[in-house]
Amino acid sequence: MNRALIAVRRGVTSLLFFAALVLLWHVLVRRGVWSSVLLPDPSEVWDYLVSAVKDGTLLQASLVTMRRLLIGYGVGIVLGIPLGLLTARFKVCADTIGVLALGLQTLPSVCWVPLTLLWFGQTEAAMLFVVVMGSLWSMVIATDNGVRNVPPIFSRAARTMGSKPIHTLVFVMLPASLPFIVSGMKQGWAFAWRSLMAAEIYVTILTGFGLGQLLDNGRALSAMDQVIGIMIVIIVIGLLADKILFSPWERFLHRRWGTGRA
Amino acid sequence: MALAEELQVIAPSKLAVNHVSKDFRTGRGTVKALDDISLSIGEGEFVCLVGPSGCGKSTLLNIIAGLEHPDSGQVLTDGKPVSEPGRDRMVMFQEAALFPWLDVLGNVMFGLKLKPNLSNAERREVARFYINLVGLERFASANIHELSGGMKQRVALARALAPNPRVLLMDEPFAALDALTREQLYGDIQEIWEARKKTIIFVTHNVREAACLGNRVVLFSPHPGRIREEFKIDLSRPRDINSVELAEYSTEIMRALKGYVTGEVGE
Repeated sequence: MNRALIAVRRGVTSLLFFAALVLLWHVLVRRGVWSSVLLPDPSEVWDYLVSAVKDGTLLQASLVTMRRLLIGYGVGIVLGIPLGLLTARFKVCADTIGVLALGLQTLPSVCWVPLTLLWFGQTEAAMLFVVVMGSLWSMVIATDNGVRNVPPIFSRAARTMGSKPIHTLVFVMLPASLPFIVSGMKQGWAFAWRSLMAAEIYVTILTGFGLGQLLDNGRALSAMDQVIGIMIVIIVIGLLADKILFSPWERFLHRRWGTGRA
Repeated sequence: MALAEELQVIAPSKLAVNHVSKDFRTGRGTVKALDDISLSIGEGEFVCLVGPSGCGKSTLLNIIAGLEHPDSGQVLTDGKPVSEPGRDRMVMFQEAALFPWLDVLGNVMFGLKLKPNLSNAERREVARFYINLVGLERFASANIHELSGGMKQRVALARALAPNPRVLLMDEPFAALDALTREQLYGDIQEIWEARKKTIIFVTHNVREAACLGNRVVLFSPHPGRIREEFKIDLSRPRDINSVELAEYSTEIMRALKGYVTGEVGE
């Protein structure tokens, strides 16, 4: 069977599965299993989403949230990779930054929110800080791990070809650690996404109304259609990020390293 | 023109190993890996270092490569002491040590990118020349994991040849390959040695392989690592690993090797 046909079949399978879920949801609501206040019909959630798209609140909130996330996540990666290289290369860094990273990674990133509020108040800086703290330590640990797992023969081979320490670090150790770094990026993304949502639900920030605030707003108004609608949007963004941000890297790893892919 | 210059056959180096010693400290004390080794290797010579594991032959190769430093003594290439790795001495390891994030062409170009005074187009040209030389022209854009063990070692050979070194250091490069692939590579390496005029130092524990490839076979014994005997192999090339004349040489070397090893046990 050719590839296109397989792809279509897999797509149809997914589609049927989700259609069945929505149908089940609809049937349960119709039969009055739960109060329609607690679980609105799929069509009501759909109506909410359509109206939120029309009046622009949904797009606006998504943009605010994505901007916070991407900037914070970018900072986490840009700081995390060099720090991980340092902790892998120098014992002093491993015993200091390395231990710190390991310790802070075990702290659920939501726990940063109270401290952040006291430090930064209800500002964009607070949001950024929470996202950076969520992603940074995973990146440090993944990069460190990756570099430590590079076969020593790689750097020996590079040295015989005239590669000096900095060159080896950037052009051998870094690409050789890519499988670890990409999984660290995925973990960092997940942590950052969770902590940002927690922060947005927790604090209202007047400079920007994000998805988390929209969600909390729905709760305050007991508007279940809004709550469920926003939850779905958050899930869809998570799925899209996975596909857009990580799939190209994973395809590259799969092609070059020959490692398995689902 | 830079490209023609880059690809020309250059003069091989002569090497002198002068009183090299090296110890390794392990949990159970100090092991003398190399004990006062002296060896001189002429320009364009193909020398095989043979001995049981632990005799220090790989350590000596690493010292010549500049990857390790001797505790005493020194190595001279064309009269100049070796202190660090250099493109005049390229190394091939037992594992191909190819970089999985690069394709075949990228791997062969890795060393060339570190060579100044070449444009990228010229580097690509040089890399293709050596990929063709090892017979992998159809695989220039292949990924490393798609290659067989023998093909990987061919890429490693192309990568080692690409910066046009004067010396090629080979550390049991064929040990992990099947017999048929090995035989093909014996033929290829002899051809390339004759065409590109390199000084080759080839480490192996396979006596027959040593007799097949070397102009000279240097026999090491372990604990401490010492040179025990040298054999000149006077056979015309290309040599066939299965020939009777070759078997006579390898039998002689093998007998000597066994003598030293059992002698060691008796001590």
